Amino acid sequence: MITGLRTNWSLVAVGVVGVALLIGLPLLLDTYTLLQITLYAIFGILALSLAFIWGYGGILCFGHSAFFGLGAYAYAVAVINIGDSTAPALIAIALPAALAAALGYFMFYARISDVYVGVITLTVTLIFYNVINSTAGPKYHIGDALLGGFNGMPNVPSLNIPFLPDDTLEPLGMFLLSMVLLLAVYFALQIVLATRFGRVLVGIRENEHRVEFLGYDARLHKLVAFSIGGALAGLAGCLFVSWGNYVSPTVFSVVQSAQIIIWLMVGGAGTLLGPVLGAVAISWLTVEIGTQQLVNANVVLGAILLIFVLLVPKGVAPMITDRLVPWLLASRRSAAAKHDLPQGSRA
Amino acid sequence: MDLAIIVAIDFVYAVATLALISLGLAIVFGMMRIINLAHGEFMVMGSYSASVAVHHHVNIWIAILVVPPIAVGIIGAIIERLIVRRLYGRMVETMLATWGLSLFVVGILTTIFGDITEGVPTPLSGITIGAYQTSGYSLFVIALSVATMGAVYVILRSSRLGLLARGTMQNADMAAALGTDTSRIYAVTFAFGAALAGFAGGVLAPVSGVFPTLGGSYIGRAFITVIGGGAAPLVGTASAATLFGIINQVATFLANPVYGEVALLLAAIVLIRALPQGITGRFLRGSL
Repeated sequence: MITGLRTNWSLVAVGVVGVALLIGLPLLLDTYTLLQITLYAIFGILALSLAFIWGYGGILCFGHSAFFGLGAYAYAVAVINIGDSTAPALIAIALPAALAAALGYFMFYARISDVYVGVITLTVTLIFYNVINSTAGPKYHIGDALLGGFNGMPNVPSLNIPFLPDDTLEPLGMFLLSMVLLLAVYFALQIVLATRFGRVLVGIRENEHRVEFLGYDARLHKLVAFSIGGALAGLAGCLFVSWGNYVSPTVFSVVQSAQIIIWLMVGGAGTLLGPVLGAVAISWLTVEIGTQQLVNANVVLGAILLIFVLLVPKGVAPMITDRLVPWLLASRRSAAAKHDLPQGSRA
Repeated sequence: MDLAIIVAIDFVYAVATLALISLGLAIVFGMMRIINLAHGEFMVMGSYSASVAVHHHVNIWIAILVVPPIAVGIIGAIIERLIVRRLYGRMVETMLATWGLSLFVVGILTTIFGDITEGVPTPLSGITIGAYQTSGYSLFVIALSVATMGAVYVILRSSRLGLLARGTMQNADMAAALGTDTSRIYAVTFAFGAALAGFAGGVLAPVSGVFPTLGGSYIGRAFITVIGGGAAPLVGTASAATLFGIINQVATFLANPVYGEVALLLAAIVLIRALPQGITGRFLRGSL
């Protein structure tokens, strides 16, 4: 038990901090700040979905906002038609997963290169954006839901307690739900990565050919991982609409896709915690930029992406764990080694 | 009969614009195996340089045909030196860096010119075919697209620089061993691709209007064409532009331009499944 705790101390720490935030923040903060943090938690889920397929699966999805946006629109359309949000939430997860599976079949089973995967996923997002943007006017509707084109869809109902359409979640409920889901997704992905499937997936990232020589089907593993990523992005999209009661084509925009990648680049793509922290930091920064007129948000986001690719390609978190922690340990160890030198046991 | 001619012009125009907006991207991809995600913004910078030149009373033909390729070619050379050169051989990082660049440029353009659409006048009037009227400028764009492809072919085929470029494309290590400065070839190629993008932006500026996020409406089609075409920049671009241009135009006729783009994407995804290396990966291998 103790050794288990020791090897998984980072997981335990995340759990403890997460639960502390979950309970503590509603007591300490006003509703406005809590709403803001709810958004960060939703973006954290979105960051995790890409961190899983990109950082661990090695699938360079440049158009992750396609799944996020599809989940958002699927929820909005379904909840306006159905009323009770239980089924719409499931649709918002299933539809992006299905899109990811279909797209993944064409991409992975064709064995196209990373560069092509990136460009095709990006193009899918671009086209979703153009299609939804063009649906202005009363003739574009799905059931009772007007798609609204570039104006988006206002007055989308929030999530409600399952099967009780009148009990919609208030800001506090949305906060608790988003935080719980963020923690659940984080630990679920940690568990998936510890299974045989997760280990094979990381193996594929490292060397796809070698994994195939060992008898695993890399294409299928990538397809499943990609679908999981799509489903989680759809979940984030669903929460996002429920949070703001509004969805517009910008959920599909290239800037949205770029932002998710920037979260990963800043936080470190090879980790799960880093991208979540990256999402919080960059989202906060974007809100701050929005409050002034001097600098355009795109300039800052573009510059951050450029700087991280050129100077900090692994992101901040790996820099801390790979550089700072070993350096600290090494200095401590060398101090200890001086002590131990007479016995010569630490050499 | 007149209607048939008009429809035929529409189809050829769709193919010609597709080839024009993809060529610069295809050359950089064919030579260096990187996809420049800032390609759309290179085109927009070309459009803006044309628009600025027109506002300063430069002759319209010089403003749309000469100023954009020179301006964007210089910008491309600077960007190659500052960013792309540091990332050679790391395709994914190069794509991410050019994506950052693309956002950066959109932001800068918005800051300078504002989020409004500027116009560039169309230098040719309409022409009449029987009972129908068509834009004379479309015919000019078609001719220009063909001429550009021809010029690029001649440069790659007959000039010394083209020879070195083709050698570097086939086997960079061998070219380097034979004394070619490959990094210089890459630099020139990137600047050349940028100039072609700027040229396309300048030529299409009177048709499209000019606004900061204009690039987003080009790049999807350009990416699809380049990936569908495969490694050979000229033949790949020409064949993929023909295939996708026709598909796009058919869907546009049946529904609207947006579904034309959707049809383009679906066709490209199916094509990639059948021919993962693009059209020139299977047919016409080793062509230019």
